[in-house]
Amino acid sequence: MSAIRNPKDFWAGLIYLGIGLAAFQLAQDYEMGSAVRMGPGYFPKVLAGLLGLIGLLALVRSFLRPGEAIGRLAWRAALLVLGATALFGLLVRGAGLALSLFVLVLVSAYASRQFRWRPTLLLALGLTVFSILVFSKGLGIPLPLWGSWFGG
Amino acid sequence: MELLANLALGFDTAFTLTNLLYCLAGVALGTLIGVLPGLGPVATIAMLLPVTFGLPPVSALIMLAGIYYGAQYGGSTTAILVNLPGETSSVVTALDGYQMARQGHAGKALATAAIGSFFAGTVATFLLAVFAPPLAEFALKFGPAEYFSLMVLGLVASVVLAHGSLLHAIGMIVLGLLLGMMGTDINSGLPRYTFDLPELADGISFVVLAMGMFGLGEIIRNLEHEEVRSAMVTKVAGLMPSKADFRRIAAPILRGTGLGALLGILPGGGAILAAFAAYSVEKKISPNAAQFGKGAIEGVAAPESANNAGAQTSFIPMLTLGIPSNPVMALMIGALIIQGIQPGPMVMTEQPALFWGVIASMWIGNLFLVILNLPLIGLWVRLITVPYRLLYPAILVFCAIGVFSINNREFDIYLMALFGLLGYVFAKLDCEPAPMLLGFILGPMMEEYLRRALLISRGDPMVLVTRPISATMLALAVVALFLVLSPAFRKTREEAFQEEE
Repeated sequence: MSAIRNPKDFWAGLIYLGIGLAAFQLAQDYEMGSAVRMGPGYFPKVLAGLLGLIGLLALVRSFLRPGEAIGRLAWRAALLVLGATALFGLLVRGAGLALSLFVLVLVSAYASRQFRWRPTLLLALGLTVFSILVFSKGLGIPLPLWGSWFGG
Repeated sequence: MELLANLALGFDTAFTLTNLLYCLAGVALGTLIGVLPGLGPVATIAMLLPVTFGLPPVSALIMLAGIYYGAQYGGSTTAILVNLPGETSSVVTALDGYQMARQGHAGKALATAAIGSFFAGTVATFLLAVFAPPLAEFALKFGPAEYFSLMVLGLVASVVLAHGSLLHAIGMIVLGLLLGMMGTDINSGLPRYTFDLPELADGISFVVLAMGMFGLGEIIRNLEHEEVRSAMVTKVAGLMPSKADFRRIAAPILRGTGLGALLGILPGGGAILAAFAAYSVEKKISPNAAQFGKGAIEGVAAPESANNAGAQTSFIPMLTLGIPSNPVMALMIGALIIQGIQPGPMVMTEQPALFWGVIASMWIGNLFLVILNLPLIGLWVRLITVPYRLLYPAILVFCAIGVFSINNREFDIYLMALFGLLGYVFAKLDCEPAPMLLGFILGPMMEEYLRRALLISRGDPMVLVTRPISATMLALAVVALFLVLSPAFRKTREEAFQEEE
């Protein structure tokens, strides 16, 4: 792997190229049309081709010009923050707003390296009550406090 | 005298109790967001967009605009007092502002920022009122070819003015354009890139995209180098600058305002570039150049005026042409569309109350900012001490509720999480998300205009270069691209952004 002199360029190029190729492949099903009447495939295909080309350029450049290393990825934080978000989506209808918000705060707060139980529990409680008052009562967002699992 | 009549209509609209309240709420929220580090205006506006859906369009836009320029302003408070720019455009303010605070001149620095911002805001409001009507009139002559070329120029210019790698900026734009293709094609009714999911039939909501990339992605990035923030806040004393100070800051404020107003109109620039550029210029021409970075009052006055002027004039292309010059304006366009208003030059003639009301509200909002900030500074300072570990779960809560309330479906939440991951990965690869959002908003419009242009010309693509206005804009785009690729310009561009490092 030592041939890659710019890992940031390399991975970004790979992503561009991958998305470009996939988008081009998918656009095969869309009609090109003519210049007078551009079909639904015309613009996407041009863009996909362009993106692939940019990806290729970035890839080539990554072998020629040196660049910084990517640095450590914060996998734990990413997993907890995104996982908490997805969990909210899973729970919101079944468990209702109150519980899903509480879980969202609890799980996401755990991503911090300075996590402590007491302030987090208080924060979760406070944010849940605040959100229910503001969004549910105040702005009238139609969400049950207790979801279908609790007969809400 | 038409100008006066227009402004009168504007102030009439803005001076109703409801609109004044929304303006106040907007600038207060904006200041709050600006003060809290790690939460940018794009994420905030995306977060609060769903809240404004129920408001009348004028009030919604007044509030959103208030959040934007309020955030520019609030960012300077933390930059000066604790060397923590709450907002990217305040990074330069921190250079000299914090030094001033350390030398016991915190009050003076804050007052300078306030005076500069208010002056710049007033001038920019006027510029907006003077230049918007002729520009909109000019734009009414635009056909589809001109619009297409204008968008090409806009996107190219945003690359020139963006920082970071050019190749990646272009890549992100194209990626954004491509993402904009998702959903049902208007002309043929064919679903594109929907993967047979009914949730994607209308394409991706830009709120979901913006909240994921700018909200969630940013949170993960902040958690990466999370640190215990010291709450060492300097005491604020002696608010008013002296006569000698006034003499020192007058010219920098004027220059900052002018430069900021100009750069704000250009695509991709906005407040951030304005602040950087104004600082560099002052540093070059100031007789006190040696003091820069060590607490020069000019180093606070110029960028603060520039970022406020830039924040406001960036509304000009959005309101008159319907073309966003930065991601915040892209969100504003989205807000207009949701409110059932087609952005473009027609807004001024069809919705004069909205148009002039928003402009007038900006001046009122700037006045609110001075009142809110100088006497209440202690309150904002206390907010800085809120640790990030308590802050980001709250941001997540707002994002989740906001996104869910748009369509009432879980799918959008998952999509937001996906964009959060994408945003984080791209950030690690030094690929800026801002150009992507611009491309995403402009993509469908560009396709539509190109289709129409080619339909009218019977398929002859030369229409883009035979019509003079369109040709001029494409030529400018080409020149801009060549300029970017030239080594001499590259050096200047890197220098302009180096202060950030």
